[in-house]
Amino acid sequence: MTHTRKTLVVAGHGMVGHRFVQAAIERGLTERFDVVVVGEEPRPAYDRVALTSFFSASTADELSLLPEGQYDDPRVRLLLDTTVTAVDRDTRTVALDDGQLLGFDVLVLATGAAPFVPPVPGRDLDGCFVYRTIEDLEAIREAAAMATTGAVIGGGLLGLEAANALVQLGLDTHVVEMAPRLMPVQLDPAGGATLVRHIEKLGVTVHTGAATSSVLGSDEAAGAPAGRVTGLALAEGATVPAEVVVFSAGIRPRDGLARECGLDVAERGGVLVDEQCRTRDAGIFAIGECAAPAGRMYGLVAPGYQMAEVVVDVLLDGLGGFTGADMSTKLKLLGVDVASFGDAFATTDGALELVFADAVAGIYKKLVVSADGSRLLGGVLVGDASAYGVLRPMVSSGMDLPENPEELILPAARGTAQVGMPDGAVVCSCNNVTKGTICSTIDAQGCADLPCAKACTRAGTTCGSCLPVVKNLLTERLEAGGRRVATGICEHFDLTRQELFDLVSVHGYRRFDDIVEAHGRGRGCDVCKPAIASILASQLNGHVLDADTAALQDTNDAYLANIQRNGTYSVVPRVPGGEITPEKLIVIGEVARDFGLYTKITGGQRIDLFGARMEELPAIWRRLVDAGFESGHAYGKSLRTVKSCVGSTWCRYGVQDSVQLAIDLELRYRGLRSPHKLKGGVSGCARECAEARSKDFGVIATEKGWNLYVCGNGGATPAHAQLLAGDLSTEDLVRYLDRFLLYYVRTADRLQRTSTWLGTIDGGLDRVREIVVDDALGLGAQLEADMARHVDTYVDEWKATLDDSDKLARFVSFVNAPGTPDPNITFTTERGQIRPATLDQPVDLGASIPVGAP
Amino acid sequence: MTQEEWQPVCPVEELEVERGVTALVHGQALAIFRTHDDSVYALGNYDPFAKASVLARGIVGTRGDVPFVASPMHKHAFDLRTGRCLDDDHVAVPSYEVKVVDGLVHVGPRLLA
Ligand code: SRM
Ligand SMILES: Cc1cc2nc3c(=O)[nH]c(=O)nc-3n(C[C@H](O)[C@H](O)[C@H](O)COP(=O)(O)OP(=O)(O)OC[C@H]3O[C@@H](n4cnc5c(N)ncnc54)[C@H](O)[C@@H]3O)c2cc1C
Ligand code: SF4
Ligand code: FES
Repeated sequence: MTHTRKTLVVAGHGMVGHRFVQAAIERGLTERFDVVVVGEEPRPAYDRVALTSFFSASTADELSLLPEGQYDDPRVRLLLDTTVTAVDRDTRTVALDDGQLLGFDVLVLATGAAPFVPPVPGRDLDGCFVYRTIEDLEAIREAAAMATTGAVIGGGLLGLEAANALVQLGLDTHVVEMAPRLMPVQLDPAGGATLVRHIEKLGVTVHTGAATSSVLGSDEAAGAPAGRVTGLALAEGATVPAEVVVFSAGIRPRDGLARECGLDVAERGGVLVDEQCRTRDAGIFAIGECAAPAGRMYGLVAPGYQMAEVVVDVLLDGLGGFTGADMSTKLKLLGVDVASFGDAFATTDGALELVFADAVAGIYKKLVVSADGSRLLGGVLVGDASAYGVLRPMVSSGMDLPENPEELILPAARGTAQVGMPDGAVVCSCNNVTKGTICSTIDAQGCADLPCAKACTRAGTTCGSCLPVVKNLLTERLEAGGRRVATGICEHFDLTRQELFDLVSVHGYRRFDDIVEAHGRGRGCDVCKPAIASILASQLNGHVLDADTAALQDTNDAYLANIQRNGTYSVVPRVPGGEITPEKLIVIGEVARDFGLYTKITGGQRIDLFGARMEELPAIWRRLVDAGFESGHAYGKSLRTVKSCVGSTWCRYGVQDSVQLAIDLELRYRGLRSPHKLKGGVSGCARECAEARSKDFGVIATEKGWNLYVCGNGGATPAHAQLLAGDLSTEDLVRYLDRFLLYYVRTADRLQRTSTWLGTIDGGLDRVREIVVDDALGLGAQLEADMARHVDTYVDEWKATLDDSDKLARFVSFVNAPGTPDPNITFTTERGQIRPATLDQPVDLGASIPVGAP
Repeated sequence: MTQEEWQPVCPVEELEVERGVTALVHGQALAIFRTHDDSVYALGNYDPFAKASVLARGIVGTRGDVPFVASPMHKHAFDLRTGRCLDDDHVAVPSYEVKVVDGLVHVGPRLLA
């Protein structure tokens, strides 16, 4: 036991460095050491594995592993934007680029790896990038905004990930791979060939067996600025056009600090360390991608995490050692499942291969089993990796294979969900969490939902590929404990919104009373009544104030206006796409003036008139309807606005008529009742002035048509919409949108916006794309027909109300004194307009106001 | 007119089932509700949380066996029979006696909680 505090310096604040510090804090290492972490990047560690999602994240913070910016242990100091430039082993100090010297007792190198850029001529031209940091991605995004073509050099795991990003950025993308197949490290030739077919279908051109001989640049004569990339020259003489080039030809460990201070490095790079991750210098360790335990470096995060834990073990005087790691990989590349695990190449003596291939569906699955057929050694899955979650733990746990192992990879495999796993099976390889740990943690912590189970077990928090299994285990534990994930929407129904939606559609119910009598209990409440009102409206498109549904409507729907803090209402006429004539502007102005309403331009490109008393609403709307306005549904859980930019009609950059499309879409989907409000946007070019990607559906014009993005929103938890399909004709765009919107309306929970809904869908955006674009469930025609019916039966709610004395009857201040305004409502003025005055108690009129008995 | 007198308000058929109306009674804005079993209740219309005269415009339903209205403002639930707030024991709105005579709803004195 030592009694003086020592200093531990960590060089590098990446994924592994961060994990090391976390473990050091959690396991008490900071009781003995003051820790200084030095990180070269401008921000704290972030999830590099999920780097590509930076393009769809709204801020870099979403990827952060340390969103607070500092560890909450005062004994840990984090220096960012600072590089360790040298290690002096004699004086036990490290030098920093800001001139400081830091003394250390223990040094942990966690400097990661750097992309390898092969020495081809032209690699320094403007427009050449690597793919490793958030800054790299920012630079690529900026370059892509001005480009139409891109190429990735390298068809391995990271290269395909980068190609995916270029496709998302709207570029015509090429992948150039020197090996004869894609992902040569993970896939066998048949698997690689299947992958190529998938990727080519998505519009990526794949060049395998192709070496890049040089990067081509522009010369001034050709018009483009000199020194910019224009393409690649391949060894066979072909050229590939590209204004953006991403090098992804492998990584090299950043072992320079170790080399320069005389430590050993492995033959193929990486700081040479022993099983305890210790270098030749007993006080210096190396972990993560910069390290080469037993001479081998690992380009994945899981082995790095294991090394981090090992060093904490060792420093706590414990034992522990690193003896190699699971190199399994599963990823979803451009929407294609690819997985490779264990002995994928059947190198074990006598190993047998079982193969299932369906060329039409683009599925290739191979299992590698031991000579006696009793154990699974590894495998390759392309096109359908749903079995991965079950197969990989079978490899790591060495459990016996079932009688007919081929069933594990046959379509709709019986085994995938059922095969029991031993407790020791590692379910989450990123974080090295076993089935046993997950189950006991769920029981001990009483986790009742997936986010809680993730937080408590750490399983599923990195690449996410193990989540389906974690979810199954959670359900199993909850059921075993007699608990059940409560799914009913309120005390009156044990059904989810989706189940209610289906019931209403199957039985053809039209009244709340019939539904609650047949499937619920009690008289309903403010949760189930509006939910059922919305379901009935989505399916029947009747008037919300019809006799059967009027009493069910939520606050704002009940008076077709938005209630305000003093009990008055706001009025928002629809202004499709934000386009409005001077005449109509004048009408709005006149109505506001004549009724004394507060006027404000909204964030949704239209005008809101506030302070209308309930009994004034019909008269106000009479004026508006006569002038050609209709309800803007600002009060409804329904389509709000489709925001537009000025587009190709006026804007010098516009490539399509965004205003026309925004108007068409707003008119098409107006009045569609949905689980939550819906917003859309259309931008005329990639500059995105309409902020379409912050909407539930956003459309961005391209030279060839439209890119369709879905599931974005602003509000408290902003989400960027993600690309569903690109370069669509207007006709296809509308078809996909019809399907997308109605599929959401059918299946979402109440008050669940599209982005949260997306988060609950197994398979996420790719699944939605399968359903909406590929029509995998065969629902397409039905959804389109339902939308056509909605469009045909749409009527303006306010006009219909004005034409119906029964509906108008509810717009009175007092039943027994219809002419008397509610004296509880009073106003003062501010900046030249009215505003509510606050009252602290109800107004007593005494006998001063004569009250007419009926 | 004093607080104790009974005052006729409107024909019971004018009340939508499970929806309220506002009436001016005893100089106050009151919320009158008719429930599914044809009972009629009267509460003060003023929502003390939102400080606005709005209760009649809320959704009517049941919590367990208790008939209640959810304020349209922030959804606080009030017991139709007593005015007691179901989400906060310390808060109540006034409730009034009600009777239906010859199809006409009459509101009487304030009930003491
Ligand atoms: C009037 C307006 C503010 C303004 O003065 O600009 C407004 C006002 C209200 N917003 Fe909003 N929002 C308005 C634009 C927005 C925007 C901007 C936009 O649409 O581009 C956003 C962020 C974008 C988004 O929705 O993704 C926005 C995010 C919200 C949210 C948060 C939604 C979320 O998913 O997190 C709420 C709360 C909710 O709906 O549950 C909300 C709710 C409300 C409500 C309805 C609250 C309420 O129930 O009383 C406000 C009353 C409206 C009214 O007319 O009385 N408002 N609100 C804007 C009306 C736009 C329109 O023309 O229809
Ligand atoms: C696009 C992409 C996708 C990936 N996908 C997967 C995947 O699906 N599964 C998987 O397992 N792995 C994946 N990886 C690999 C994974 O990200 C790495 O294995 C992991 O980040 C390694 O962690 P590390 O801490 O060793 O290195 P890093 O995360 O790179 O951290 C090293 C840090 O040290 C800093 N540094 C370097 N030198 C110094 C110095 N001298 N002074 C101060 N700071 C320094 C660097 O700037 C960096 O911030 C992916 C990587 C990328 C780029
Ligand atoms: S998005 Fe493009 S077309 Fe639309 S206004 Fe902006 S620059 Fe112009
Ligand atoms: S396997 Fe990657 S998060 Fe679990």
